[in-house]
Amino acid sequence: MKNLLHNKNLRSQLLTYGFVIVAFAVLQLIAAGGGMSSSLKGMLVPICAYVVMAVSLNLTVGVLGELSLGHAGFMSVGAFMGVTAAISLQSAVPAPGLRLFIALVVGAVFAAVVGFLVGIPVLRLKGDYLAIVTLAFGEIIKSIFNNLYIGLDARGFHVSLLQDRTNLEQGGRLILGGPMGISGIQKLSTFLAGVILILVCLFVIFNYVNSRTGRAVMALRDNRIAAESIGISATRHKMTAFVLSAAMAGAAGALFALNYSTVVPNKFDFNTSILVLVFVVLGGLGNMFGSILAATALTILPEVLREFQDYRMLIYAIVLILVMLGTNNAKLRSLFEKLRRRRREEQS
Amino acid sequence: MGKVKSKNESPLVPVPSTSYIPQRDLDKTPILETRYLGIDFGGLTAVDDFNLTIGRTEIAGLIGPNGAGKTTVFNLITKVYQPTRGTILLDGRDTQGMNTVQISKAGIARTFQNIRLFDSLSVEDNVKLGMHNSIKYSMASGIFRLPAYWRREKVAHERAMELLSIFDMQDMGKMQAGSLPYGAQRRLEIVRALATNPSLLLLDEPAAGMNPSETYELMENIVKIRDTFQIAIMLIEHDMSLVMGICEGICVLNFGKVIAKGTPEDIQSNPVVIEAYLGKKKEG
Repeated sequence: MKNLLHNKNLRSQLLTYGFVIVAFAVLQLIAAGGGMSSSLKGMLVPICAYVVMAVSLNLTVGVLGELSLGHAGFMSVGAFMGVTAAISLQSAVPAPGLRLFIALVVGAVFAAVVGFLVGIPVLRLKGDYLAIVTLAFGEIIKSIFNNLYIGLDARGFHVSLLQDRTNLEQGGRLILGGPMGISGIQKLSTFLAGVILILVCLFVIFNYVNSRTGRAVMALRDNRIAAESIGISATRHKMTAFVLSAAMAGAAGALFALNYSTVVPNKFDFNTSILVLVFVVLGGLGNMFGSILAATALTILPEVLREFQDYRMLIYAIVLILVMLGTNNAKLRSLFEKLRRRRREEQS
Repeated sequence: MGKVKSKNESPLVPVPSTSYIPQRDLDKTPILETRYLGIDFGGLTAVDDFNLTIGRTEIAGLIGPNGAGKTTVFNLITKVYQPTRGTILLDGRDTQGMNTVQISKAGIARTFQNIRLFDSLSVEDNVKLGMHNSIKYSMASGIFRLPAYWRREKVAHERAMELLSIFDMQDMGKMQAGSLPYGAQRRLEIVRALATNPSLLLLDEPAAGMNPSETYELMENIVKIRDTFQIAIMLIEHDMSLVMGICEGICVLNFGKVIAKGTPEDIQSNPVVIEAYLGKKKEG
């Protein structure tokens, strides 16, 4: 056990798991004690969804090393497919917990499939080109959901694009109504479910990063030519990380959407992608713990500063600029390095 | 600085393609054979008519002045560049149409002139990455930590330590590769290449930036690697004490063309080689 704790990697992982569990317990206690405003209580699930979004995007940006600007697209796929599954199983699966689980899995699977399809052209590109193409895909996905109609009646599912041509029978239900999105959603998401999803995603990411495939992905990030020279094929391994990241975003989308009564496609636009990217950059590339903190802080911040709502984006921008300046400042960096070294010396 | 003695010294004998390979490798298929290999970049012919045969357990040297096309030859063999002309036979098989990844799987490993390590990963992970295609388990067993994961990772760890011990680096396993001193980074690159289980190891200036005693140690290690793994090693090097000390066959390249081939003794006394390196003797 002593050996295990000396492993720096493992220690930071355990710390991250522990932090999530402790935060959950504390927040539950506060909520139970009545010390939490109802608006803050309503934010617990969205925070969980954004945390999952942040750690999943960190897998693409930090571990895979490619800038993706369309992550909200996968969230949207997960949201609409997950909610569609939840609504259509309303009578077949009455237990809300199980239905939520199925919705999350369906959201993740659909997002993974879309991630795979998007990944085929996208992962052949590098750097700026990849970023711009993912941005375009995010917008395409949004457009598709703005024009997609899904209805369910006794004969099964009816899908149409651009116009509502579902021609539902008596008693049928139009689930997804194009730009109107989905309304009348039964709220299934709970804080507990959100925290479990975070823990599952962390478990998957940490174990992935410390296994054969994850190592290969990081090798490709560090030096593609060297990685290929020792027989690591680029596209295949990058795809695993990209699809994994998309699947988690899909689950986050389903969790997010099942917290509201209505969800519209325009919710998952470019701004959301950038917002999640801000979490990742603020928390540090490849640093999952940082992503969790950043996502939580920046989701709560506008709520706490409600009266300054108009200045929210301004504050974001300023915080982002300060962090960027701070992390790139040689003096500040050497200061942090010195502190870290001192701490290490004290430990040994 | 003298010669490093190996257990199995054997004299060089000519083979049909005007190349030389050690006598002990004669009855086996050469590990590498290039025929009329050439590449053009636009109008510039970087390498032309490159014929070379390397025996199964040979230590071969590729030398030449700066810009002669030595690294280009390595890049052609490993398919970083696709050749314009000629064929490359690996263990008697044509490598036409193969890419870098397939070449690695077929048994060629290399190091780079400007070190290319996975800087942010640990030394041990760098070596384990070399075993990517030999020690396998599925992504699912990695994520869910199934028994296959623990079993294979244990094997990989032990093998990594074993390989690192060639260069006395087994204590550095946990260190970040990018933070190693320069010489250790060069050695780690060799270990990583060895981890792919190659039958031909290409070393691009392995002694660059090393002092004479480090170079001598490296020479001993190169011979040791060849003797323990029974593989062929081809190296590009500017340090003549290393080349003349351990290479059995040497090929001299100038302006993309082979100007001489033979034993270290032949090369040292070859007037064409001396001219390429030092310039023409003044008449009279």
